[in-house]
Amino acid sequence: MAKITLDNLAHSYLPRPAGPDDYALKELNHDWEDGGAYALLGSSGCGKSTLLNIISGLLVPSQGRILFDGRDVTQALTAERNIAQVFQFPVVYDTMTVRDNLAFPLRNRGRPEAYVAERVAEIAAMIGMEHMLDRKARGLTADAKQKISLGRGMVRKDVNALLFDEPLTVIDPHMKWELRTQLKKLHHDFGHTMIYVTHDQTEALTFADKVVVMYDGRVVQIGTPQELFDRPEHTFVGYFIGSPGMNLLPAEVSGREARVPGGTMPLLHEYRGLSGRVQVGVRPEHVRLSAGHGLPVSIRRIEDVGRHRIIRADLMGHDLNIIAPEDQAIGADMTRAVFDPARVNVYADDWRVKAA
Amino acid sequence: MEKTVNHKAWFLVLPVLVLVAFSAVIPLMTVVNYSVQDTFGNNVFFWNGLGWFEDLLASERMWNALGRQLVFSGTILAIEIPLGVFVALNMPKRGAWASLVLVLMSLPLLIPWNVVGTIWQIFGRVDIGLLGYTLDSLGINYNYTQNPIHAWITVIVMDVWHWTSLVALLAYAGLQSIPDAYYQAAKIDQASRWKVFRYIELPKMAGVLMIAILLRFMDSFMIYTEPFVVTGGGPGNATTFLSIDLVKMALGQFDLGPAAAFSLMYFLVILLISWVFYTVMTNLDKRGG
Amino acid sequence: MTLELHGVSRIVDGQEHIRPTDLRLERGTMNVLLGPTLSGKTSLMRLMAGLDRPSQGRITWDGRDVTGLRVQDRQVAMVYQQFVNYPSMTVFDNIASPLRLMGVARPEIDRRVRETAEMMKLTSMLTRRPLELSGGQQQRCALARALVKNAGLVLLDEPLANLDYKLREELRVEIPRIFEASGAIFVYATTEPEEALLLGGNTATVWEGRVTQFGPTPQVYRQPVDATTARVFSDPPMNFLPVVKSGGRIAFDQGQGASAGLAAGLPDGRYLAGFRPNHLAIRQPAPDAWRFDARLVVTELTGSETFVHLDHHGRRWVGLVHGVHDLPLGRVLPVWLEPRHVYIFGEDGRLVTPAAYAAAA
Repeated sequence: MAKITLDNLAHSYLPRPAGPDDYALKELNHDWEDGGAYALLGSSGCGKSTLLNIISGLLVPSQGRILFDGRDVTQALTAERNIAQVFQFPVVYDTMTVRDNLAFPLRNRGRPEAYVAERVAEIAAMIGMEHMLDRKARGLTADAKQKISLGRGMVRKDVNALLFDEPLTVIDPHMKWELRTQLKKLHHDFGHTMIYVTHDQTEALTFADKVVVMYDGRVVQIGTPQELFDRPEHTFVGYFIGSPGMNLLPAEVSGREARVPGGTMPLLHEYRGLSGRVQVGVRPEHVRLSAGHGLPVSIRRIEDVGRHRIIRADLMGHDLNIIAPEDQAIGADMTRAVFDPARVNVYADDWRVKAA
Repeated sequence: MEKTVNHKAWFLVLPVLVLVAFSAVIPLMTVVNYSVQDTFGNNVFFWNGLGWFEDLLASERMWNALGRQLVFSGTILAIEIPLGVFVALNMPKRGAWASLVLVLMSLPLLIPWNVVGTIWQIFGRVDIGLLGYTLDSLGINYNYTQNPIHAWITVIVMDVWHWTSLVALLAYAGLQSIPDAYYQAAKIDQASRWKVFRYIELPKMAGVLMIAILLRFMDSFMIYTEPFVVTGGGPGNATTFLSIDLVKMALGQFDLGPAAAFSLMYFLVILLISWVFYTVMTNLDKRGG
Repeated sequence: MTLELHGVSRIVDGQEHIRPTDLRLERGTMNVLLGPTLSGKTSLMRLMAGLDRPSQGRITWDGRDVTGLRVQDRQVAMVYQQFVNYPSMTVFDNIASPLRLMGVARPEIDRRVRETAEMMKLTSMLTRRPLELSGGQQQRCALARALVKNAGLVLLDEPLANLDYKLREELRVEIPRIFEASGAIFVYATTEPEEALLLGGNTATVWEGRVTQFGPTPQVYRQPVDATTARVFSDPPMNFLPVVKSGGRIAFDQGQGASAGLAAGLPDGRYLAGFRPNHLAIRQPAPDAWRFDARLVVTELTGSETFVHLDHHGRRWVGLVHGVHDLPLGRVLPVWLEPRHVYIFGEDGRLVTPAAYAAAA
């Protein structure tokens, strides 16, 4: 287990980068605490895989340093960093048995067979594969192979960090549950530093204590799932997290009131001196349909997702999504939308504005 | 996947079928015909049944030629396959060099086979050949026309020079299909270069290598032009392989009967071995999945 | 246009990939094939398209037998999981390719390509090559190529599976829109129950080569005919509990139980109770709620909801509760379930009593 520090880290795949657009990863300073479970969340091309590969040593950054427990490992080889990585599709040694697969990293380091046998038994129990140890790895299902990959990573006691690169991509939804809870439980029981890269917000939010949201090579917000949900610092975080994402409406904000298309709405706090492009953001979970007061909306479509319903509405030409609980009746007279003032955030030029 | 039946396809294939019938099936039938008959050279044939086949199986000459052939095929396989794989492992995978190396590797394969023989025939001569001259000036008494061992070595080196590229290119194609993640995982697992080869590269190349072995075996078993041009089968009988022996019999001595029987057996042996290879390959495939 | 499968089955190498199936798909409907990987969704679609011949049974199109008809002669368009586009042609040429093969006139091709590109928001990309586009745009191009044919049958095989989560959400909103405009029969294969629910239309749940149920999506979701359908159509997985009914009581494990309530009319015996994760509560919701004591294994927070993983006498359950809850791991907690949310299945898996809340909806 180790604390990982990123010092002025940046990376460009081009030999002579000219401007910020040439950087896949823009300047980054961050500490990953020892034993924390982190998720790197973002869409394709946002730089999360680049960052993961720099941490694992498969890529040398074009700028900056990376430190493990204060030790500069920027130029160190992957093998020297004592990390483990689980890839997008299962990487197992087909010709070996499950047992030999798990034993592989230890045998390569020349550990005595008795120790190897003990560790393999321990790890096999942890991933639930004790009864499959002597089967050939070749014919197993994808989720079994990913478990083997995971086990192989954890079999070394001195592993500094476990890195996951979208590991559930090839797994069936039915098995995703099992693997996810297993990872969570492993983290709870053993406390390894774990860094998990994904574009799936559910995976990121359920796995991590802290989520690092990345956009266009930059870290946009780092916070707990609840912080990201309640107080997105950037409109991208509001959009990316939540299904559907946050509603954004152009607004004119003065004092405790915001004027949006269709009317005005009260805010919980006072705001002053806003400049640039101003928007108010509110999550569909915090919008309610009512028959009485509120902003005038017309309902385009209602989608029944089982446990709740998504109402796709139109507010003076702007899209407005509302989430209504399963049991709630939606009458024809409900043509108004009410926002919960405590859950409204104000954004100027995409960044959240703090109340005055 | 089952294709839906399309009868038009038969018409497109018909011309080829006719051509193959003329150039292959009918001559094959003729050979079968000759193999069971005998003649005194006056165009009168009488039935000999399996006589030629029995003679053949008893002929020491045939067994010697077969023995030489098997030693030859075995040796070149033992050299070319590992060498080809080794070359493939060291060929660049990406970038400008990759294309250049691929072209260079293909060059030996493009040369007509009798030219290959001629090249090496001249190459090995002590008076005008680079190799022969160099070896002579180093004090080695190299003479492939008189020394059977030298003849063998020359023929084998020539074949290796000619055909290793094929194995290398096939193995290279197999290697290209391995995703990067496997190498990355191996780095993380601190696997040695040998282990990476044994547990990642070799299993993934297995299918392609099977094809390479089959192709090289079949070709080497039928080899004629190159050794014939260089040594003519000599000195004496030293490099007389099966096909060379067959041609001597058929065209040299004009013993059509024994030659025909020989051809048929030759054909059947190759068919049998190829079938065995094919079965082994598809079984590996099925087990592998 | 109606597509019907009559007793269609497919046997490959002695294994039954598709068991004898009857289906009727109407014009202008969106039909979702929902099931895990290798359950037979792709096999079914290939049979519908004509890429494979059924081992038994007939396929009819508007009453006409098309079983032996080649796929080229049927009006079918197909979109795959891997964005399949001609890499050397521009987006315009890609979308135009089926029309060119059909021999449509040049000005007509131009008009239809631009119309479809507009619908798929690709107008600014028409001169680019597929490899220069992002994943989402490539898939839109593949979709456009399938739609421009105005085929009677459009088959989509997990088309969004290779896309980012958010991109999938966005395209998923567009697909019903496109579908409504086209009027063809759409068949959409997916492994995610949520996708089926969002697409609406009809759903066929597929399990091990068999279609377990086919009907309007909300109906299949709320009134599954058997436990297999309920299992397939639930993410997180449905929770099950064997119960024994005797007289006026239903008994669970280890002595706990409740009054039979709505199940009072059933014959005494063993049954399987099923309920969805979002109906499990951590605070008593109603006086007649069933109570269980289960050990909390792990919780997962999504920012607005909490997944609660429980161990009830060796059985793993998942609950989905609203709000963010910090619960003590490893401890035994009381959890509640309203009887109106409970499905009762027989021991053979067939539905005996649907959940009361579903019947009302």
